[in-house]
Amino acid sequence: MKTYETVIGLEVHVELATKTKIFCGCTTLFGGEPNTHCCPVCTGMPGTLPVLNGKVVEFAIAAGLATGCEINQNCKFDRKNYFYPDLPKAYQVSQLYLPICHDGGIEIETSAGKKVVGIHEIHMEEDAGKLIHDPWEDCTLVDYNRCGVPLIEIVSDPDMRSAEEVIAYLEKLKLILQYLGVSDCKMQEGSLRADINLSVREMGAKEFGTRTEMKNMNSFKAIARAIEGERKRQIEVLEYGKVITQETRRWDDNKDTSFAMRSKEDAQDYRYFPEPDLVPIVISDEWLLEIENRQPELRDEKMLRYEKEYDIPAYDAGIITGSKHLADLFEETVALCGRPKEVSNWLMVETMRLLKEEEKEPEDITFSAEHLAGLIKLIGDNKINRTVAKEVFEKIFKDNIDPVKYVEEKGLSMVSDEGVLKATIEKIIAENPASVNDYRSGKEKALGFLVGQTMKEMKGKADPGAINKILKELLD
Amino acid sequence: MEITDKTIEYVAALAKLELTQEEKEKAKTDLGSIIGYMATMNELDTEGIKPMSHVFPIHNVFREDVVENGPDRDALLENAPAKKDGCFMVPKTVE
Amino acid sequence: MDITKLSALELGKKIKEKEISAAEAVSLQIDRIKEKDSEYNCYISVLEERALSEAKEVQKRIDGGELADAPLAGVPIAVKDNICTKGIKTTCGSKILYNFIPPYNATVVEKLKAQGAVIIGKTNMDEFAMGSTTETSYFGITKNPRNTEHVPGGSSGGSAAAVAADEAFYALGSDTGGSIRQPSAFCGVTGIKPTYGTVSRYGLVAYASSLDQIGPIGKNVADCAAALDIISGHDKKDSTSVPTESYGYLKVLGEDIKGMKIGIPKGYLGSGLSEEIKRSILAAAKELEKQGASIEEFDLEAVEYAIPAYYVIASAEASSNLSRYDGIKYGFRTEDFEGLQEVYKKTRSEGFGNEVKRRMMIGAFVLSSGYYDAYYNKALRVKALIKEGFDRAFDKYDIILGPTAPATAPRIGESLSDPLQMYLGDIYTVSVNLTGLPAISLPCGTDKMGLPIGLQLIGKHFGERDILKAAYLFEQTRKEVVL
Repeated sequence: MKTYETVIGLEVHVELATKTKIFCGCTTLFGGEPNTHCCPVCTGMPGTLPVLNGKVVEFAIAAGLATGCEINQNCKFDRKNYFYPDLPKAYQVSQLYLPICHDGGIEIETSAGKKVVGIHEIHMEEDAGKLIHDPWEDCTLVDYNRCGVPLIEIVSDPDMRSAEEVIAYLEKLKLILQYLGVSDCKMQEGSLRADINLSVREMGAKEFGTRTEMKNMNSFKAIARAIEGERKRQIEVLEYGKVITQETRRWDDNKDTSFAMRSKEDAQDYRYFPEPDLVPIVISDEWLLEIENRQPELRDEKMLRYEKEYDIPAYDAGIITGSKHLADLFEETVALCGRPKEVSNWLMVETMRLLKEEEKEPEDITFSAEHLAGLIKLIGDNKINRTVAKEVFEKIFKDNIDPVKYVEEKGLSMVSDEGVLKATIEKIIAENPASVNDYRSGKEKALGFLVGQTMKEMKGKADPGAINKILKELLD
Repeated sequence: MEITDKTIEYVAALAKLELTQEEKEKAKTDLGSIIGYMATMNELDTEGIKPMSHVFPIHNVFREDVVENGPDRDALLENAPAKKDGCFMVPKTVE
Repeated sequence: MDITKLSALELGKKIKEKEISAAEAVSLQIDRIKEKDSEYNCYISVLEERALSEAKEVQKRIDGGELADAPLAGVPIAVKDNICTKGIKTTCGSKILYNFIPPYNATVVEKLKAQGAVIIGKTNMDEFAMGSTTETSYFGITKNPRNTEHVPGGSSGGSAAAVAADEAFYALGSDTGGSIRQPSAFCGVTGIKPTYGTVSRYGLVAYASSLDQIGPIGKNVADCAAALDIISGHDKKDSTSVPTESYGYLKVLGEDIKGMKIGIPKGYLGSGLSEEIKRSILAAAKELEKQGASIEEFDLEAVEYAIPAYYVIASAEASSNLSRYDGIKYGFRTEDFEGLQEVYKKTRSEGFGNEVKRRMMIGAFVLSSGYYDAYYNKALRVKALIKEGFDRAFDKYDIILGPTAPATAPRIGESLSDPLQMYLGDIYTVSVNLTGLPAISLPCGTDKMGLPIGLQLIGKHFGERDILKAAYLFEQTRKEVVL
């Protein structure tokens, strides 16, 4: 068998984190009862007109600047015409002739080393609605809640050669967009979706092979499997001496294979033309500079700063900044209670453990910085010990409870009354003469047992340091 | 301009129209003469002239990113020829 | 006295002076419609009860002193059926929207209501405003009240005919390639197509977005100016709406036009124009000269390519704008279908008429891969040249004067068989839409059959006041002649 090289380019659709849709004042909130986040404009009612959400332009520019793109300072929208029930106007307002950003790239790092993946263009467009199959009537139901949610489509050059590179590119892109605040990039909610263009060619060949497209992939795992599966399929076709058909295929992650989508009845002729209902966008140097100056700290800078400013190990800084949400949580918590290392520890150890247990991502964390900071303060003030703290943290992680209230209500704070502690310890000494003897005869371990017994008697609400101290005073 | 059956079928498909044989023949004649007439534009030298979509040099008309609309589903669905469970209803889209 | 013969402003004054109530005006207008409309078919919907109750509400506002500065408060108005009216059927003269009831008002309708106008009905039109005769409506043809064997023109034929037949005091139309001016000319009434962006398009069902503009049709120039005062203004809902300083039209009427420079394009008086119309137009020019304007003939460049460029652009935009009528969200859906593709194809094939289908196919063609540059982009370049030509003309002149149409109203049934021939009738009107200019059509005589002839005055961008002033003075001189 010959050796083949896989050539992959991506079209990534990202839903922008604006409050309202691209052309009307409807909310972009995910979910909601069908057709309740809609108005006459986004459902394409006769006579209605679009008015562009300025924030969309700013977000698109921010994304372009952060990915090294040139900004088209004169750009406009075009109509892409086709019929489908999820597209109520039967055209999608998009950008063909003058996309807002072009010719950028981002650096990725994989086992194969560092490389730059080129970004061909970024353009703005509107999302389509959702089609739901109704098994009772065997028909399709149309929900336009997502219709008109602003998107940017980031089109890469065909620069990737493996699933690993694709994932690295997507991870990097996701972090950039999250850090910019341009998108939440929640793949499970469809805020980030990728179309994969893939072809194979004999190693060393100059020309690209015929490519296929797999649309709307929304999990990294599925993407990696789809690339592997499609690569194998194409090589097999070529090895049999056949040719690849340029087509759109649907990846079935359950069956681990892709299927050719039934080719549309009509030729794909989108008849793009300039959108007459919207006026051109002119981006002045001043506006561009203003956005550039507002660009937030991105991941790489943040990592370095954590190491320097907070004295956090590079590995930990990498994990924490690996999620915008986690990094925000970290910084907000530190702002409230100081002690960056302690904060980092709770995030790195307990938080990660619980996330793993529940098979969740850092984006899914629901607890607040206030409550984590509250917990750390309780520990710092010697109000609770570490064992109790872990228990309280689990409640914070799960239900975002207020640790101060919780500790008070459950009576978990440490007994600080030395009299009570001393009386308990005296009782334990009296009840465990054997251990007392062991300790006195030099077996240090016996002290630990006595501490444990005291703690048990105190139902865990004591400071182990204080117990140690009093025990030693009484025994020595 | 000679408009072929194929052209008529192609533009009818793009416009999602079904034409009878008679309509096709009429369309061939009409579109032939109209599009042929349109081609008289070629007599005019437009070398170096930029295509003009908008007559006025207006640009940057933006809306604030503020939610203005509340749910009004009944009004949106009132005109729908078929609906179910708060959705527009169409024949199934996937086989 | 027959109050339906009054102008809109005259009626408005009588209502203000409590000589007649708004409700009485509505009743008398409804009576007139009942008497005449079975013959002319100006209306698709007549809103008898709704208009009466609205009139009573308006009367309360007038009595409360709220509408003191609204000269047309309480006066009934007819609205073309492609302008969305909340809770009132808005059909565009098409089967495909035969039952469509918008849940919103067009901005112009909101503005009318704020000024106390009472909408009395929705007028007939060529389907989706595509046509020059009002013969392509799903709701039957409208007849010209001046001679019922003739068409009223189009596409705002219902509005123009209603005003001509005293079935409306004034009306709104829309003009994409002449659809206000040409039926106004054919019916012997006055209509103005404002500068693109002067009147909000929000709620106007789109035919060709870059060309469409709403405007008034009235019994005289002053009524049009008063109506334009109401409906003009910047609208945040329409991105192509242009904020300007030049609103306020009624107040300039009566000002003189001394020193005003008027140009007549030589090509507008050339072959293809009927002799009678030419004579009337030149006589009108003479009248304006007497009023102190200077008149000069000149060459208007590239204008002969306006029709092909117009039909390319309008059809392209229409093919896209009308794709949303697919039987899913509103309007007509075919009864008998199997699968989604049949819903689309049968709904659209059964729901649209021939002229609309023709333009959608032309539009699909000129935008399709391989033809875009040769047709669509070429048309946009031609448009740029035509605009340059007008810009140069307006460096020299304040107003361009010419006929509205090359002939008077044709007989019913004569136009549709040869669509290209019908398109050529738009020769004097379409360039105004391509260039976004304002233009008014007003009566300037009749031909030997007694059919009205329209005079067209084209103004600079936002030069509505100039053309209204000149039109008003010309109208005054004609009154003297008639008297």
